[in-house]
Amino acid sequence: MEKKDFHVIAETGIHARPATMLVQTASKFNSDINLEYSGKTVNLKSIMGVMSLGVGQGADVTISADGEDASEAIKAISETMTKEGLSE
Amino acid sequence: MTKTLKGIAASDGFAHAPAYLLVEPDLSFKKVTIKDEAAEIKRLQAAIAQADSELTKIRDQAQQTLGEEEAQVFDAHKMILADPEFTGAIEQQVKDQKVNAEQALHDVSTNFIAMFEAMTDNKYMQERAADVRDVTKRVMSHLLQVSLPNPALIDHEVIIVAHDLTPSDTAQLNKKYVKAFVTDIGGRTAHSAIMARSLEIPAIVGTDTITQDVQNDQDMIVDGVNGEAVLEPAAADIQHYQKLAEDYAQEKAEWAKLKTAASVTADGKHFDVAANIGTPKDLVGANDNGAEAIGLYRTEFLYMDSAELPSEDDQFEAYKEVLEGMKGKPVVVRTMDIGGDKHLPYLPLPEEMNPFLGYRAIRISLDRQDIFRTQLRALLRASAYGKLRIMFPMIATLQEFRQAKGILQEEMAKLKAEGIAYDEQELQVGIMIEIPAAAVLADQFAKEVDFFSIGTNDLIQYTMAADRGNEHVSYLYQPYNPSILRLIKNVIDAAHKEGKWVGMCGEAAGDSTMVPLLLGMGLDEYSMSATSILRVRSLMKHLDTQELQDLVEQATNVSLSNEENEKLVAQFVKEHRH
Repeated sequence: MEKKDFHVIAETGIHARPATMLVQTASKFNSDINLEYSGKTVNLKSIMGVMSLGVGQGADVTISADGEDASEAIKAISETMTKEGLSE
Repeated sequence: MTKTLKGIAASDGFAHAPAYLLVEPDLSFKKVTIKDEAAEIKRLQAAIAQADSELTKIRDQAQQTLGEEEAQVFDAHKMILADPEFTGAIEQQVKDQKVNAEQALHDVSTNFIAMFEAMTDNKYMQERAADVRDVTKRVMSHLLQVSLPNPALIDHEVIIVAHDLTPSDTAQLNKKYVKAFVTDIGGRTAHSAIMARSLEIPAIVGTDTITQDVQNDQDMIVDGVNGEAVLEPAAADIQHYQKLAEDYAQEKAEWAKLKTAASVTADGKHFDVAANIGTPKDLVGANDNGAEAIGLYRTEFLYMDSAELPSEDDQFEAYKEVLEGMKGKPVVVRTMDIGGDKHLPYLPLPEEMNPFLGYRAIRISLDRQDIFRTQLRALLRASAYGKLRIMFPMIATLQEFRQAKGILQEEMAKLKAEGIAYDEQELQVGIMIEIPAAAVLADQFAKEVDFFSIGTNDLIQYTMAADRGNEHVSYLYQPYNPSILRLIKNVIDAAHKEGKWVGMCGEAAGDSTMVPLLLGMGLDEYSMSATSILRVRSLMKHLDTQELQDLVEQATNVSLSNEENEKLVAQFVKEHRH
């Protein structure tokens, strides 16, 4: 299993367009991918799951991937996080 | 067989096209206990797949006809359909509860909708509830094998027939093909009516039964001038309306010539015909229609379109853009009118029994002076770029006005000390007259304000004690009732006695029945939707203010009903048209 921590810098947190992009990226991989925030874990392939967390600016989140393409998934998700201005 | 339906004329013009029923099919179902879960899940998956391919089609069509931004709504819908937490939960529900797919879909979506709607501190998330609702409807329609209307797929000219039209309905309409709106409910201020006027297509609202009387694709004519819908018109009807439509087009062409003209009556009196705007973007329409001023700039949109309180600089930029855009013509800016039916996600207001009689507009501003002072500073700074008039909404007492003006003067003094420029010569400060208390005491207010602007919708609802959104008491919306006319006259007379000017910025200022009465009373400024300006300017051209004083005399002093007064004015205008 691969894991990576992110510090959310986007003013609006993870919702709207960035959330959509994250889910789209995660959905391309076979691994099980989760987003953990303040003790709650949701499926990163679920738009409703991701949005229901209400991740705001300054939040620390952990993304984990489990499966054969786990490391590629984490890499692609990290890129999306940067590209969407969610994290540095 | 030809059939004619009457409704409220909400937007002028004529149209002839087949009906398009924008009506939701019956999506009710019964809860059933199932035996074969696998088969039920298969049925669910098939419905989801059908909904998904339908959405792909709609998305493509929407992108071509409506543009990328509107099309993205359907991406959001597709994403919900592809969401394992959503579809997985429905399948789980079928398995665990042994219920039919309809029931499982209903239960799961109800939970998600409730969750999103509970996020009251986040408007974006609250709006996602609508997406879940839309997607649920689509899957449900496939489960029940009924078809949903898909307005985004319209590819020929139609007349939209609906129970009511919401902003999300109209967002999906391809305006190119929509020739008219006809609805069961609503009044002249309904979203569908406002939308139709801005699209310059005819509309009839409040027909009660149009959705039951008309079939999809049935031939129909809409007469937006008289508020009549003709179903299955005969050849003679078509000819008759064609003639009316031609006359109307000719009249519009005549109005177009008035774009650069001043608003002058037959006896040579000049009045200001102004536009109501909500954002700087609306200036285009105001200038295209030859507005002589902005009679009402509703600043609420600055607050409503923002995720937090708009900063002084953001407000300053917007106000400056409007003042500069009007090139020295007067601009009346109304300070924040939040509360009532308008809410801000980041400014939670207490739940109230009667929000229209509650904590709103100037009442909030005087209480939350931090918000008020920021707006006043932005306005004062912008005043250096044009002819600004600041207007306080919902003033009930002189003390409120004095307090608001006092705060304004404090901010002026601060700016002066900071060496920041503002208009010290011509800046005017006035109030909106929408509370009967202020209308009755207008003579006292007139000594202290620079101007009045009458807000008719609220003035009528407060005077008649009738909620304007409540269908059961909508008959009490009586702009021509002598009581309302007398109140308006009292305000105008009181202002003129003190040498002050009076405007009107409600729907009534552009109303063909009201304008002759207001001219007779001597109202100085008429502010309305930009699309009404030329019609009103043309009407003024044919009227004589001296003669209209007799009309006012009759309308206010003879005990006539709202309808009788409406007829009286129509007859008078017909006989005294110059």
